[in-house]
Amino acid sequence: MIQVENLQKEFKIHHINKTLHAINDISFTVEKGNFLGIVGKSGSGKSTILKSIYGTYKPQSGAIYYNSESFGKINLVCASPREILYLRKYEIGYVSQFLSVMPRTTALELVEQSLLETGVSFEEAHEEAVSTLKHFDLDESLWNNYPNYFSGGEKLRLNIARAVVKKPRLLLLDEPTASLDNTSKVKVRESIEKLKNQGTTLIGIFHDLEFMEGLCDEVFTMQKVVVNSIET
Amino acid sequence: MHVEQPILQIRNLSKQYGEGCTNCLQPNAKLEKNFCPVCKTVFACKDVSIDLYRGEILGIVGESGSGKSTLMKSLYFDEEVTTGEGYLEDFNNGSLNIFTQSGQQKRYIRNSLLGMVYQNPMLGLKMSFSSISNIAEKQIAAGNRHVGHMVSRSNELLDQVNIPLKRSKEPPKNFSGGMQQRVQIAKALSSNPPILLLDEVTTGLDLSVQASVLDLIKTIQRELQISMIVVSHDLAVIRMLADRTIVMLNGQIIEQGLTDQILEDPQHAYTQQLVYSLL
Repeated sequence: MIQVENLQKEFKIHHINKTLHAINDISFTVEKGNFLGIVGKSGSGKSTILKSIYGTYKPQSGAIYYNSESFGKINLVCASPREILYLRKYEIGYVSQFLSVMPRTTALELVEQSLLETGVSFEEAHEEAVSTLKHFDLDESLWNNYPNYFSGGEKLRLNIARAVVKKPRLLLLDEPTASLDNTSKVKVRESIEKLKNQGTTLIGIFHDLEFMEGLCDEVFTMQKVVVNSIET
Repeated sequence: MHVEQPILQIRNLSKQYGEGCTNCLQPNAKLEKNFCPVCKTVFACKDVSIDLYRGEILGIVGESGSGKSTLMKSLYFDEEVTTGEGYLEDFNNGSLNIFTQSGQQKRYIRNSLLGMVYQNPMLGLKMSFSSISNIAEKQIAAGNRHVGHMVSRSNELLDQVNIPLKRSKEPPKNFSGGMQQRVQIAKALSSNPPILLLDEVTTGLDLSVQASVLDLIKTIQRELQISMIVVSHDLAVIRMLADRTIVMLNGQIIEQGLTDQILEDPQHAYTQQLVYSLL
């Protein structure tokens, strides 16, 4: 499903003349329907891998082959922005540690919009959004409120709901359970299991090894890049 | 396989003010920013190529004087391009260069296929005419002649941009800046153009008014599937609206890509400076 080959990413910061080496020569493969867990110390480049797959970061070298439903085998490192946008809309989901919201958009609208952009009818989007929010136990009184006022855990659950509602083929999870209590974690786990059963491929970063147990098919351990910053 | 055709293609658009000389017309000419020190020619846009797709919002950022507005004005035929080609899918199936068309054809494209919202409402509206006539003006220019239809369409648009209908006969000079911008947007939409050009539409508006204009733009894009080019030096506006972003400096495109990539992993030194300047 996804094949990462010799991926390398560094950040050149021009005005202080520094280069940060985030990841170096990373390779792994994830089969369709599998769950790969990525573990490693903070700063070892876990998020960089996910962001490179999602197109937010531009890797310097290496390849990320993804078997797309619409495009066939595509190298995400060289894909055009339009192709990435299409994949984000229909195939690849991403859940970050932080919720980025459209201002003045309620929680319910946020989840609905995520579906509406894929072209489903409003009624269908509404129905799906409601059932997803219910699944994640987001209090009904919050649905028509702005997420800015939500607690950290509520924001996270909303964030996951927004990605999961589209039933993506590939879901990237960047520490989605970092600030959740146990009940919420169980909910997240349940929906991940459900997605897995539906054939979704997952790549996730978790600090919580207990959470990953029995969920991940494989674990990839990151080593910190030794030379982290050099003058250029 | 999924292949899509751009609705608007711009190829190698250049706009210079001045004749140019042997110093500045070479491929690797030495310029002070975009200014030729020998013959005083200003290269406002240099070799700009853009693709715009149906239903997308394309952001253009860059400092003052980077050529953003010149590009928009060239697209709307307010300025004549020096060289370059432009193709609109809705104009002869994209087979004719819009910049070499006759004045009559250019007026047709401008009135029926494009909508423009200027930073300065004075440029887009006749300040002492009623708001409804301002909107009707574009409809008449696009070939509409039925007064009843025009009135009902104008009222519908004013309602859509949240201008109370009881004020539709008032001239825009009586309105606040945000309201004037919304009248401009209503006017631009009145001929149902597939492409909307927005040049710094929220600059100079206070935050709450800015928010209402931005929400309006987002709603229009979602509901009408209109393609837009949004020029702004405000990265927050671009982040909220644009799927893809182009960064301009000294009349040239220096970087382009996904908006989140431009903001989180800027490659060019200038883009990095721009992003790090974000408060």
